[in-house]
Amino acid sequence: MSLLSIQDLSLSIHGTPILDRVSIDIEPGEVCGVIGESGSGKSLTAFSVMQLLPDGAVCSGAIRLAGTDILQADEQALCNMRGKTVGMVFQEPMTALNPVQTIGQQVAETIRIHRKTSRAEAMALAAESLARCELPQDRFPLSRYPHELSGGQRQRVVIAMAIALRPKLLIADEPTTALDVTTQAEILSLLKQLVTEDGMGLMLITHDLAVVTDIADHIVIMKTGEVVERGRAETLHREMQHPYTKALFEASTHQPETAGQIEDTVLLSVKNVVRDYTGARTSLFAKPTPFRAVNDVSFNLHKGECLGLVGESGCGKSTLTRAILGLDDIQGGSIKLNGLDVHADESARQQMQVVFQDPYGSFNPRHKVGRLVSEPFFRLGRQATDDEIADSLISVGLKATDQDKYIHEFSGGQRQRIAIARALIIKPDLIILDEAVSALDVSIRAQILDLLAELSSERGLTYLFITHDLTVVKAIADRVLVMQGGQIIEQGETETVFSAPQQDYTKKLIAAAPELPSLEGVSA
Amino acid sequence: MLPYLIKRLGSLIVSLLVASLVIFACIEVVPGDPASFMLGINAQPDTVDALREELGLNQTIAQRYMSWITGLLTGDMGTSYTYRSPVSDIVADRLQVSLPLALYALALTVLVAFPVGVLAAARRGSATDLSVMGVTQLGIAVPNFWFAILMVIVFAINLGWFSAGGFPGWDAGFFAGLKALTLPAVALALPQASILARVMRSSLLDTLSEDYIRSARAKGLTKRQVMWRHALRNAMIPVLTIIGLQFSFLLAGAIIIENVFFLPGLGRLVFQAITQRDLIVVESVVMLLVFAVILVNFLVDLAYAWVDPRLRARS
Repeated sequence: MSLLSIQDLSLSIHGTPILDRVSIDIEPGEVCGVIGESGSGKSLTAFSVMQLLPDGAVCSGAIRLAGTDILQADEQALCNMRGKTVGMVFQEPMTALNPVQTIGQQVAETIRIHRKTSRAEAMALAAESLARCELPQDRFPLSRYPHELSGGQRQRVVIAMAIALRPKLLIADEPTTALDVTTQAEILSLLKQLVTEDGMGLMLITHDLAVVTDIADHIVIMKTGEVVERGRAETLHREMQHPYTKALFEASTHQPETAGQIEDTVLLSVKNVVRDYTGARTSLFAKPTPFRAVNDVSFNLHKGECLGLVGESGCGKSTLTRAILGLDDIQGGSIKLNGLDVHADESARQQMQVVFQDPYGSFNPRHKVGRLVSEPFFRLGRQATDDEIADSLISVGLKATDQDKYIHEFSGGQRQRIAIARALIIKPDLIILDEAVSALDVSIRAQILDLLAELSSERGLTYLFITHDLTVVKAIADRVLVMQGGQIIEQGETETVFSAPQQDYTKKLIAAAPELPSLEGVSA
Repeated sequence: MLPYLIKRLGSLIVSLLVASLVIFACIEVVPGDPASFMLGINAQPDTVDALREELGLNQTIAQRYMSWITGLLTGDMGTSYTYRSPVSDIVADRLQVSLPLALYALALTVLVAFPVGVLAAARRGSATDLSVMGVTQLGIAVPNFWFAILMVIVFAINLGWFSAGGFPGWDAGFFAGLKALTLPAVALALPQASILARVMRSSLLDTLSEDYIRSARAKGLTKRQVMWRHALRNAMIPVLTIIGLQFSFLLAGAIIIENVFFLPGLGRLVFQAITQRDLIVVESVVMLLVFAVILVNFLVDLAYAWVDPRLRARS
């Protein structure tokens, strides 16, 4: 009998159907990848197994975990099961831990609520569990608070919490989505190792096909609450039947067609830029030591070019972006756009625009789209005409009438189109895309990348594309800069850098990025 | 932790200094000469002059500020123009009523608000929650002096359990004193407890929707365990802020309730001193209240750091 057997699970919340007859089986020691885009119901499938559903949720069908019928179990039985038979790891490690408790307390809590042990014993077991997740006691004592750890380290604490009692099943809901590629690779190999050591079943939920193909035994593909395809991981890309699966594979490896002309004129020139932050004081009377976030960075960006800037969190890429936009002062060097100093010359700033990562947080929800899109005009001292607003909306594939709507009426992908429309409206030369497609589903991401390529060839736009996602850079950038510790350690043509990286760090980044099996030779 | 403490302490001292300057300057610009006011309109000019000399009103502003501050630091607040007795004695007398009253009211506030707020948050949307929201809405809307009068009619006049007003002094015994302060404390606590219960409820609801609450549930904790072990402490920051504000208000803002119950408290003292141009009393009491407010804020800051380790680290 399977460890976990979900049979014909349907779920509705306040009468709205969410899941429709979902069936998934997981054997002990098996990794099952559940893939789908936002709204596919993959997370709610996991929460149904945990029975941690929002108010108003009604399940039908059957979920059997290690012989227990979960849908029939009472709350006490469910509490006994959670944490002991099944553990769960969540997407957002930054907020998944209680900020006012030490990591030791939080891991020990899993043990103490299920077993009658002394505090000291539970702490010893917690230390052991943390050590298994590669947080050894000499460097990460139990007395640490979550805010003293990085995202990857916090995710290890969450995993240590989930596996402290060696559960039979571990559910990981997008465990690496918020993490850098190298950290992602480490967390995935840790999960794989724990599965092998404990013979645990693992349900790995993700939107990223490439993440699961390396590690999963089985793959289940979900779309709008239904399972549309299932198969063995190594053969799925050859045997897939459902058009949605094919579209998903296609979108993940999507290569937009670039036809833009790169000119010789330098549009943006960054020379020996230094950016310091005031660091923390070591003692009350000591002078704070400055922290150098950007250290002697120089590069040129040519007209019509798409330049990728890659690096992991904390490498200084966002700081550099803020400096280029003229939002922060710099402590050395110069940044010139079309020959104008961005820090001295106001008009330089009118020639560039930016698109940020979060399509939900970067708009004022009280304004209509027309006003949001025309915002860059406030700098220019005049209002945008209706035609200008309509033009910019149409150019990103929306309708002119959309300007009278509010932002909550649009999906994440549409919002990102609106953000691009807002950047385009004053016809800038340079658009800076700061993780602009990172929060989007693969199919939407492919559409946005196509849109950017199209706009570039139509309008001769220049892009500075900042991201931690190598797949995206590979797909769209002409040239790539690799940033580490505030410095640019490698740069060159995208092809060259990816096929023959020179620096160890670049090699490590490329190796860590999960890759899909090639679809060549597979009939579509 | 130590740098945080020193930083807070530094800001406490600076705030006190600034406050003393502002209070002194305000009193300076108020029209009316205390000496002529004390002696009446028929006083001889040289008598007024003599009194001005005696009160130190002929010194320069800087001299008067310095002597006021050094007096405050040594516990000498000067002599009241109208009562003709040391201000420190009068204030100490009044504090014996106002401080216990404020603490009593605050204790009632916290004792009612915490369980009610937690209950409402734990049963969000239930009949309990709805009635808590309704009753607290009423508690905020009803003027507390009206509620006080109502209580006097019911508990003092009809039932005769409490006296309708006045304060026998602590010499009459601890419980006699406490009994006299009970109705005023309840009247003061009603709106405050309503506010605090609502803050507690909404802060808990915010906290309960956090990711780490879900993590805790996934470990196998029951809803009740999650509430006590994870939600409550994280929900405390806004609640502590409100408690700090409420204590300051209760100490100085009880004047209407003091009047309803004929209590010789600080509020009435200031009110009388203002109408009688007894500026030295006004100055000293206001400074004392400012000191109390700043001290409470300091204590609230310390409580923040105790609750949240991130604040300890940030300084």
